[in-house]
Amino acid sequence: MKNKNPVAVRCKGVTKTYGTGDTQVHALSGVNLEVYAGEHMMLVGPSGSGKTTLISIIAGVLDRDGGECVVFDHDFAHMSRYEKTRYRGQNIGFVFQLFNLIPSLSAAENVAVPLLINGVRRREAIDRAREILGRVGLGNRTFSLPEELSGGQQQRVAIARAIVHNPRLIVCDEPTSALDHETGHKVMELLCQVAVGTDRVLIVVTHDARIFEFASRIAKMDDGHIISVTNTPCYVSDEKKE
Amino acid sequence: MNFIALKMLVGNRAKYLGIIIGLTFASLLITQQAAIFLGLMTRTYSFLADTSLPDIWVVDPKIQFVDDLKPLKETESLRVRSVEGVAWAVPMYKGLLKARLPNGTFQTCNFIGLDDETLIGGPPEILQGRLADLRRSDAVIVDIVGATGKLATVLPDGRRIPLRIGDTMELNDHRAVVVGICRVQRTFQSQPVVYTTFSRATIFAPRERKLMSFILVKAKPGQDFHELCQRIRQITGLAAYTREEFITLTVQYYMKYTGIPINFGITVVLGFIVGIAIAGQTFHNFTLDNLRYFGTLKAMGASDGMLLRMIMLQATMVGCIGYGLGVGAASALGFMSGSTELSFQLPWQLLLFSAIAVTLICVASAALSMLKVIRLEPAIVFKS
Repeated sequence: MKNKNPVAVRCKGVTKTYGTGDTQVHALSGVNLEVYAGEHMMLVGPSGSGKTTLISIIAGVLDRDGGECVVFDHDFAHMSRYEKTRYRGQNIGFVFQLFNLIPSLSAAENVAVPLLINGVRRREAIDRAREILGRVGLGNRTFSLPEELSGGQQQRVAIARAIVHNPRLIVCDEPTSALDHETGHKVMELLCQVAVGTDRVLIVVTHDARIFEFASRIAKMDDGHIISVTNTPCYVSDEKKE
Repeated sequence: MNFIALKMLVGNRAKYLGIIIGLTFASLLITQQAAIFLGLMTRTYSFLADTSLPDIWVVDPKIQFVDDLKPLKETESLRVRSVEGVAWAVPMYKGLLKARLPNGTFQTCNFIGLDDETLIGGPPEILQGRLADLRRSDAVIVDIVGATGKLATVLPDGRRIPLRIGDTMELNDHRAVVVGICRVQRTFQSQPVVYTTFSRATIFAPRERKLMSFILVKAKPGQDFHELCQRIRQITGLAAYTREEFITLTVQYYMKYTGIPINFGITVVLGFIVGIAIAGQTFHNFTLDNLRYFGTLKAMGASDGMLLRMIMLQATMVGCIGYGLGVGAASALGFMSGSTELSFQLPWQLLLFSAIAVTLICVASAALSMLKVIRLEPAIVFKS
């Protein structure tokens, strides 16, 4: 089934090796992957299969050794350190396994961080953050510190932070692994609801099989390769509807 | 991003207080010890500072500092007067004399004999009586600290009765009558200061062949002091110093031949090391604790410059608070010890010195943290 949307992320022969000599580890050995705009792609596979390395390269927080990786027509390999940082700030949203919310900032302040990094004035950024927190169902917890929130609520704050600056690519690393099944399910529902859009790409790294149903496609990785890319039933049914 | 930096800093309360306490102690130690050292050094030349009228001090060429007394022949003052450019030259006696207290104990006093005619070189401030009263029989003027302290009469119940005008005292077996109370700067050895005339001083003092300690010289208007000193040296063979030169000579002696600067210097250096060790280490640990969040900010698009500015702001904030508290505490200690034996001088230069020291501590602490953040790979955020 061929997607009609343009390719948003294209990886071709991407390689990455850690260490040297006897301790050398080939984390990625020529990965080829295409992710289309509007898609929700899941990278799955066992520990050490290269999922996190691939997502790090796609998000521009790690340099590849070889191959090509283009994100919305931008290749990080041809950018300066400053340009990469700036591009990430404007175009990429992050959701982390352990949320990575700054403990001394309130929920609204945490959500406002990407806007502040992009130079938005504090008051405006906080107002926008409150609005987004309302969208993720935490409109009444804007002043709460992370420690005052449950795990699910913290991940919702993290999702709000990932989308507040309207990025084109959102990368999530094991977003449900620190949550119980029910909360994880709710978080994924929310993520799909607020983060998936026609001009946006959502890439989720996970090995939590219970959330596979939320993906458009699933790329299975093992030993530094993508061994299969499969369409999920919901994606197929969506395609059929079209 | 400034408010994020400050919230991150104060959010970790234990480390924030640890850094502040470290910097406060460093600032306190550096400022207070240096202030006591300066105060002590000021006391070494307090007599010169109090005797402001003469432009030039003529002394024995072998003299090393103001209390290193090597008396001159009285006729030397006549030779000095004959030097071209000298407006006047008067003798002065300075020595240590034992005063016998009413309870039978002895107290060593700084005994100053002023030129009988002019009374030049007298105390800077007379609190009671008049300087001219020294011309009365057996007259002496005593400094207020001595009069109320070491020279006061101690009653059996412990109460002290200060020396007052009209009281008599025994100086080297001679009767002396207090005709005035003055205020002078405290001396290095914190001994009472007693003024009288030169001729009376030579009677009170133990017999020696030569009894004139200094010749005080006033230059004629327009006369270059250094040229005049040179001329006095050439003609008389004596040493001649301007007041500033004599002060420098005295301070240099104490700096070179006593362990005072080393002792205080060690404490100041220790203060600096304590600051680096406590504040620097705690600040570094604070950064390590927040490395994950710095990595998150970096991944989300915060540039190195932005993160470095955050760290600089954090270092500046703790530096300002620590410095303020430390200097404030040092000033309070100095203020509280104002009427005690403790010497304490806190000029603006010392405040600047401790500010520079605290800045260096903060810069060193921040530099370690900055290095860590610059080297930080944003990919760290994906490591659980």
